[in-house]
Amino acid sequence: MQELVVISGKGGTGKTSLTASFAVLAGHAVVADCDVDAADLHLLLSPRVTEHHEFFSGHGALIGEEACSGCGVCASACRFDAVRVGGRRAGGPWFTIDPLSCEGCGVCVRLCPEQAIEFPVRLCGEWMVSETRCGPMVHARLGAAAENSGKLVATVRREARRIAEEKRRPMIIADGPPGIGCPVIASVTGSNLVLVVTEPTVSGEHDLNRVLSLTRHFQIPTSVCVNKWDLNADMTERIEEGAKRAGARVAGRVQFDRAVTLAQMQERAVVETDAPSAVDIRTVWKNLGMQEGSSPALTPARNRQIMASYD
Amino acid sequence: MILAIASGKGGTGKTTVSVNLARALGCEIQLLDCDVEQPNAHLFLQGKPLGSEPVTVSIPLVDESLCDGCCECGMFCQYHAIVCLGAKPFLFAEMCHGCGGCALVCPKQAIGETERRIGVVETLRAQNVTLVQGRLDVGVATAPPLIRAVKARIQGGTPVILDAPPGTSCPVVATIRGSDFVALVTEPTAFGLHDFRLAVGTVREAGIPFGVIVNRMGAGDDRVHAYCQGEGIPVLLEIPDDRRIAETYSRGHLVVDVLPEYGGLFRGLWDEITQRVERPA
Amino acid sequence: MKIVFTASAGDIQAPLDSRFGRAPMFVVYDLDDDTFKMASNQESWDAAQGAGIHSAEVVARTGAKALVTGHCGPKAFRALAAAGIKVFSTDAPTVGEALKRYRAGDLTEIASVDVEGHWE
Repeated sequence: MQELVVISGKGGTGKTSLTASFAVLAGHAVVADCDVDAADLHLLLSPRVTEHHEFFSGHGALIGEEACSGCGVCASACRFDAVRVGGRRAGGPWFTIDPLSCEGCGVCVRLCPEQAIEFPVRLCGEWMVSETRCGPMVHARLGAAAENSGKLVATVRREARRIAEEKRRPMIIADGPPGIGCPVIASVTGSNLVLVVTEPTVSGEHDLNRVLSLTRHFQIPTSVCVNKWDLNADMTERIEEGAKRAGARVAGRVQFDRAVTLAQMQERAVVETDAPSAVDIRTVWKNLGMQEGSSPALTPARNRQIMASYD
Repeated sequence: MILAIASGKGGTGKTTVSVNLARALGCEIQLLDCDVEQPNAHLFLQGKPLGSEPVTVSIPLVDESLCDGCCECGMFCQYHAIVCLGAKPFLFAEMCHGCGGCALVCPKQAIGETERRIGVVETLRAQNVTLVQGRLDVGVATAPPLIRAVKARIQGGTPVILDAPPGTSCPVVATIRGSDFVALVTEPTAFGLHDFRLAVGTVREAGIPFGVIVNRMGAGDDRVHAYCQGEGIPVLLEIPDDRRIAETYSRGHLVVDVLPEYGGLFRGLWDEITQRVERPA
Repeated sequence: MKIVFTASAGDIQAPLDSRFGRAPMFVVYDLDDDTFKMASNQESWDAAQGAGIHSAEVVARTGAKALVTGHCGPKAFRALAAAGIKVFSTDAPTVGEALKRYRAGDLTEIASVDVEGHWE
């Protein structure tokens, strides 16, 4: 099972646009949107949701106002500054938990002399299985301000793998998150190929180096692609040389192309249009060692046909 | 005033706004780069390093001579950081949230604490700007403790700009908490609007007044403006889709240095926000 | 001596599940009296991060001294090593086949992590 994870280090380099194009070119893949914090891939792949699941992760403390005696033991013990004064009454203050700060450790629950604190599981978001014109897609949405431990990412990948095995699809293509923290780690560990999409800027170079340290740390074969390369050709070369020195392969370059935004507005992948950068994207795909599995361009008519066949 | 610059989607121009705003204001200002996974502000603010300190979090330390293997600690831990696998507890330091619960529940008081390094906080001085940034060690999973360490360095008396990481989850919340105003940066595209709406959800959860900066005006359409109008969200600033800005940025230069005509735009943004904070609607 | 196999269903003929941390259940085989029982690993499946670690705890509780699976992530491996449990890797399709290979001494012991943390 081939699993390609597309990440970027820095946000905004174009990784989601590229991932959508790869999904179209692959033809027989399962798509996973692991950028659960700011999931955008569905805006290009028009998924039709067939399964919807709530996502619970960890617990959150909840103080019962009536039962609270205002002793403040919870406030002294909480290391995350999550206990706040809820209000005042005759006997003194009563306390409440700020759900944005609570990390669900359970210390206050254990220590409360009145046993006034409940500890329910926390609903953090949702994940979905859908059908798209490129194949099955697993995606998710993290709730506002929810903790992004990587568990939801792990869930998305697990389901994508399950579907790939069930439907005998040989490949998973995952859109990963920006950064180098939990969610990124959760998206790349265990994959057999990571592609980092970067841009020819000092920020792009800086963040690329950080993310290459990460993939080296986890020993995952990594390739690099500079998007919008012609905005700064010198920087592009510098980045490519640096990537090679860091042990990554260079998968190619994609030119700056306003048609990418147009494709996005039309809810299509770049390779489904005549955009000049489509040629570059196909080359990157080939350089990654991939074959094109689908028909060259999915026209809107063919797209409608495919979606209709699911009904 | 503490102003946070955030966004749902990455790459919309948060850092561009933060560093240029700090420079354009000209007065003493603190800029805190809270994107500890990928701190970029220093690339634009060629600062003189003033100091660097490691940041640690507490993790448990089991005194095996006192431990009787009862495993109360392992049963309490919500994070699988301390687990019962045999006679004695086993520690996975990277999973630990530092809650202190295992030490509290141990009937033999056999658990103390030690420190585990997660990153550094660095301070730099670039003309009028004191830049404080956090840099998370590669392989460390969680950002918020380091973000809190960066924010702990806020000095009273000078205005503060917080450059947030992208997204809407815990690192962003850790950054924007306690700020007086959040300026959300977005772009007028489908991805921009989608992620902007998620960011609005987070900022509303945090209960902080906010407005929007629309970057790359002209690169998309008017969907973001229409949404803001419908939601009553003030548009604080529009930055044109000027290729010169992209090129300046790519070289690591400040827009307000290379294209001074933009200085007024950023100063106007500051005035607009200050007014809103001083006289909330 | 007890030995644990990762399984996707409940008996000797069940397919061997190649992953450890998210294996739905374990077949706990007692080599001394040739009997076996099942242990559910549902909690690991549901666990927030730490599925591999939790699975190791479940295995440790069975009293087994060896584990046979396809792959094992780094945290799970550390946990199993700390518990004194040897880890063997195989591509045998069923639990029964894996048991046969174990008895014949045909299985390779994993001395260190062979894959980076799956699904962590």
